[in-house]
Amino acid sequence: MRLTLYVWRQPSADAQGDFVKYDLSDVSPDMSFLEMLDVLNANLEELGKEPIVFESDCREGICGTCSMVINGRAHGPESKTTVCQLHMRSFQDGETIYIEPWRARAFPVVKDLAVDRSAFDRIIQAGGYISVRTGSAPDANEMPIPKVESDLSMDAAACIGCGACVAACPNGSAMLFTSAKISHLGLVPQGQPERTKRVKKMVEQMDDELFGSCTNYGECQDACPKGISISFIGRMNKDYMKAKLIEVEEPRKEVESQ
Amino acid sequence: MLSFYKSTIGKKVVVAVTGCFLFLFVIGHMAGNMKVFLGYDRHGVHHIDAYGHFLRTFLEDAFGYGGFLWLMRGGLLAILALHLYTVMQLQVLKAKARPVDYKKQDLRASTFSARTMMLGGFVILLFIVFHLLHLTLGTVLEGFVHGEVYANLHRAFRSPLTVFMYIIAMAALGLHLRHGLWSFLQTLGLDNPDRNKCIRLGAAGLSVVIVLGFLSVPLAIYFGILIPPANL
Ligand code: HEM
Ligand code: FES
Repeated sequence: MRLTLYVWRQPSADAQGDFVKYDLSDVSPDMSFLEMLDVLNANLEELGKEPIVFESDCREGICGTCSMVINGRAHGPESKTTVCQLHMRSFQDGETIYIEPWRARAFPVVKDLAVDRSAFDRIIQAGGYISVRTGSAPDANEMPIPKVESDLSMDAAACIGCGACVAACPNGSAMLFTSAKISHLGLVPQGQPERTKRVKKMVEQMDDELFGSCTNYGECQDACPKGISISFIGRMNKDYMKAKLIEVEEPRKEVESQ
Repeated sequence: MLSFYKSTIGKKVVVAVTGCFLFLFVIGHMAGNMKVFLGYDRHGVHHIDAYGHFLRTFLEDAFGYGGFLWLMRGGLLAILALHLYTVMQLQVLKAKARPVDYKKQDLRASTFSARTMMLGGFVILLFIVFHLLHLTLGTVLEGFVHGEVYANLHRAFRSPLTVFMYIIAMAALGLHLRHGLWSFLQTLGLDNPDRNKCIRLGAAGLSVVIVLGFLSVPLAIYFGILIPPANL
């Protein structure tokens, strides 16, 4: 296959970036998209040029590191596919491909296609945990959990934190990510003690990171490599309303003994 | 409460709830308009004129002539203002959250109506101003007589340009509600993946009913299906 690529090149976070055109031939349809970029980088290095910086780690679709917008789609044209699992057979011979980094104020470009997604880490740190007893492991099935809820919780837990939802959302909103993280803990008994605090803290952190606000376009769910449903956003909204308007937690006043 | 409004979810909920109130008004208004098709009562007063009189004298003892109506209008305008103000705030947030746009963007999931919420809302806003000056206050309608609802409608919809403007405005309203009604349920978490197809269809169906209901009046008058009153 022959391809014409327009790749976003930006030397550093504050430098001006632009698209650079690359012609690539002898691309095998069986290569993954990242392997295609590896070949391009090898060529660039041979010519003594700076290779393109892009992120990847597991290359098996589970870590969420690989991130780029390909022809206007986060993770490329296939649905429920990460870039590392995207193959060149999804493109046509002679096709022109635009490759851009995730675009969001909260995800600043580090270099070329690599962006800083630590805003997601800070959302998790704000409340994406549960209290557990340390010591010996609990017995299996000690805590009964209804099948429907455990399945739903697992659906939410499938989120790999890649940020495609933010990248695809015209509002730059992180509500799909945040709602998935809130829901997968909030749906099971282990997540109940911190449920109210969690939703408040994580939503507030999400707002502080300057992600936009959802208008229910549904682009995030369409772009999500794990097919996470926007119904989790509705669930988060309900939890947040409850936490802010109904179950308002007041810090306990000093209690006098005797 | 104020910190709830400060959050993005709080604002989203405010847009949804105010939008829902506006929607309830729109439904009521459309249903009331259907009185145009009922003809004259046994006193020779047109049903729509009697309805207009009823709205003005409703709870007259407590609020005076037209008092309750003005209270409702004030409430509606306040709700509309809150809807608009919140939408604007979210719009600013959106521009900040995505300062650099994509060279290419291939949107597949969002509907045309979802992407035109701002534009359509703006058309509706212009229409609301015009409509109040046109058929409520009569400022821009030649020969307008306060209280003669049926005759005023005939004075208004003789002009093809006016009918055309109403068609454009109602199309904008229909599109706004098509996304808005679904969006409202989704925002409040009343959606359900198993039911979403039905909800979306229902939202589209209701929007069509509202648009056709509203447009039936100017169209019926323009095409002579509704006969002008004797004094015209
Ligand atoms: C006056 C000008 C108006 C403007 C500029 C406007 C704008 C908007 C915008 C931008 C949204 C957010 C869309 C989204 O979240 O995707 C919205 C939502 C909505 N609007 Fe309006 N609107 C206006 C008037 C109205 C009117 C008159 C109605 C009622 C008939 C209405 C009903 C709704 C509903 C039901 C929603 C859904 C709320 C949600 O997103 O959950 N709007 N409007
Ligand atoms: S590299 Fe891990 S998901 Fe693509």
